[in-house]
Amino acid sequence: MAYDKFTVLTSTAVPLPIENVDTDQIIPARFLKATERKGFGDNLFRDWRYNNDDSPKQDFVLNNPIYTGKILVAGKNFGSGSSREHAAWAIYDYGFRCVVSSFFADIFKNNSLNIGILPVQVTPTFLDKIFLAVEADPKAEITVNLEQQSITIAATGESESFDINSYKKHNLMNGYDDIDYLQAMKDEIRVFADKSKY
Amino acid sequence: MSQQPATLFDKVWDAHVVRKIEDGPDVFFIDRHFIHEVTSPVAFLGLENRKLQVMFPNKTFATADHNTPTINQHLPVQDPLSANQLKALETNSAKYGISHWGLGNPKNGIVHVVGPENGITLPGMTIVCGDSHTSTHGAFGAIAFGIGTSEVEMVLSSQCIMQPKPKKMLINVNGKLGKGVTPKDAVLYIIAQLTAAGATGYFIEYAGQVFREMSMEGRMTVCNMSIEMGARGGMIAPDETTFAYIKGREKAPQGEAWDTALAYWKTLKTDEGAAFDVVYNYDAADIEPQITYGTNPGMGIGISQRIPTAEVVGGSKASYEKSLDYMGFHENDAMIGKKIDYVFIGSCTNGRIEDFRAFASIVKGRKKADHVTAWIVPGSHIVEAQIREEGIFDILTEAGFQLRQPGCSACLAMNDDKIPAGKYAVSTSNRNFEGRQGPGARTLLASPLVAAAAAVTGVVTDPRDLIA
Repeated sequence: MAYDKFTVLTSTAVPLPIENVDTDQIIPARFLKATERKGFGDNLFRDWRYNNDDSPKQDFVLNNPIYTGKILVAGKNFGSGSSREHAAWAIYDYGFRCVVSSFFADIFKNNSLNIGILPVQVTPTFLDKIFLAVEADPKAEITVNLEQQSITIAATGESESFDINSYKKHNLMNGYDDIDYLQAMKDEIRVFADKSKY
Repeated sequence: MSQQPATLFDKVWDAHVVRKIEDGPDVFFIDRHFIHEVTSPVAFLGLENRKLQVMFPNKTFATADHNTPTINQHLPVQDPLSANQLKALETNSAKYGISHWGLGNPKNGIVHVVGPENGITLPGMTIVCGDSHTSTHGAFGAIAFGIGTSEVEMVLSSQCIMQPKPKKMLINVNGKLGKGVTPKDAVLYIIAQLTAAGATGYFIEYAGQVFREMSMEGRMTVCNMSIEMGARGGMIAPDETTFAYIKGREKAPQGEAWDTALAYWKTLKTDEGAAFDVVYNYDAADIEPQITYGTNPGMGIGISQRIPTAEVVGGSKASYEKSLDYMGFHENDAMIGKKIDYVFIGSCTNGRIEDFRAFASIVKGRKKADHVTAWIVPGSHIVEAQIREEGIFDILTEAGFQLRQPGCSACLAMNDDKIPAGKYAVSTSNRNFEGRQGPGARTLLASPLVAAAAAVTGVVTDPRDLIA
C-alpha cells in the first residue's frame, strides 16, 4: 500500500506517558476480523478510550479535545507484544504520522516504517522534556525533520537527533516501499532460491 | 586464513542473505512461510492491487487457528466476520496453490504446533509468519520470527523480507530443574530477570544443561516466549533429541535426503570462541514454579513469593500502580491462596501433548473445584488424538473437565472464548496484557502444573504440594 511521503512534520502532540504499551492495547484482538485495511482508527486504544457501553472514557487522552495533532508521544517500550500490523494501521488511520518514545518494540517499529509512520526514538531525558512541554501547553508544536534526522520542541528550541538507516529514510522520504525494491531484484532471488537447501 | 568462529545464529542468518544493503537491512531469504486467517487477507489484497503472483507457493503453508471456535467445529462458524476471514484464507490459498489446513482438516491446529508436528519445521531453516510467536520454531535450530502483514506480502511475492541483522544474546541455564519446575517456569523466570523489553534488538541462543536435557515440546515453550522479553526470536542448537523428534514425520526428509540433511544439521552449533553481544548465566536451582501478577510477562515471581513493591521493580511508578490496580492486587500480597475463576490450558506455548500429560498428572484422582471454569484446548487435532489415545481424556473427564477442539482460543480471545471482566484466569498461554483474554480479564501466566493445581483447588497453589 502506498503512503504519503514523509519529509518535515510540524504538529502539536498527544501525550501518552504510559510504559510498555502493547499492541493488544493499541488494538484489541477482537477488532482484527476485517479482511480489508479500513477503519482501524475507530478502535485505536479501544478499551482505554471507551467504556463497555461505548461511551468515551473522559480521562483518556484521545477523548480530551485539548490534545490533537499528528504526533503521538508515548512511554518506553511502545508497541510490544503481537506482530499485528493492525496496530500500526490503527495509528495511521487515526491520523498520526509519527510516534515518539524512548524505546520501541522491534516488530512494531518495522511495521510502522513499512506503512509510512515514522518511529522516533529519543533519550528518556528528551522524552520527559516533550511530555513537560506538551503538558504545560497543549498547543506546543514539535517539529520532526526526517532529512536532518532531528526532533525539536518549538517553544524551547531544544532539539535532539534520531537514528534511521539511510535505506528506510530514502523510502519514507519518497513514499517507496520494500515490495517495489524486492520486485526489482527477482532474478537475483530466483538464482539464490535455486541453491537453497529447502 | 581460517574461518572466524561463528554462532549458530550467524551460520543460519548468513546462509540466507541474498543481498546486503549498505546502511540498510539485509534482503533475507525465507525457507518456510506460515499464514493464518487474521494477518494474511490484506497481504493477498496487496498482491491483487499490484497484480503480483506468489513466487513459491510450495514454501507457504496455511492453517486456520486464531479465529476459530473450539466447540462444534462441524457447524458453520456463527460470527459472520470470523467466517469471512476463514473463507478468505481458503479462497486465497486455493487461488495461489498454497497448502491449506482449514477448519475440519485432520491436520488443522495452531500454526506453531502443526508446523513442527508435521515435519515442516526443520533445523537451519528461516521461518516467518504473521504472528509474533513464530519464535517457537527456533527450538529446532531454525531462525524463526514474527512479521507484519506488509512483510507477509513481501514473502508471498518475493520469498524475501528486508531485515536488519539483530544483535546476539546467549542465555545459559545450567543445573537441573527441580521437582514441579517446567520449561514454562524456566522461561517465565528468564523474562522476569530481563524484563519485557530486556532482549529487544537481540536474537537469543539458549544453551546449557537445562535446555540440552529438555524435550522438544519444552524447547518450543521456551523459544515461543522469546518475544515476551522483546527478542525477535530464540533458538537452540539441534541435537539427537531434535533429530529423533523430526525423524519419520510426514514432511521430514527421508532416505538419502535424511542422511544429507542430518550431516548438515550436525554442523548447526555455535563454534567455540564465537562472540555474543551479551551473555546471561542462570542457575536452575534458583527457579521455582512461576506465576505472573501484573500486565506484562516480565511481571512474574516464584509462586511462593510476594508481589514486589514499585521501588524494588523500578521504572515508572505510575505504570506499575496502573498494572496492579488493573489486576486488583497490592504490593506485598502473597500469590498463594489467591482465588481464581478460570483455568486455560492450551495455546502455542503450552498446547502440546506433554503439557496435557503434566496437567493430567495433577488432576488425576482429584476433582475440578466447583467454582472454576476450565477451558482445555489442544494445540492441534493430532494432539487431541494423542490425549484420547493415552487415556488423558478419561482422567480429565473423571475429574470433571471437558476437552475442547483445537485453536488459539482464550490466548487472545478473538473467538468466543473470552474470560469475563474482572475474573481471574490462570493461563498457560503467553501474554497477561490488559484485556488480552477478554475485556477486563485478569490473567496469571503459569505452567500446566500450576494451572492444574489451581483448577483442582480453586486458588493459586504450589503444584509441588500436590506432586507425590
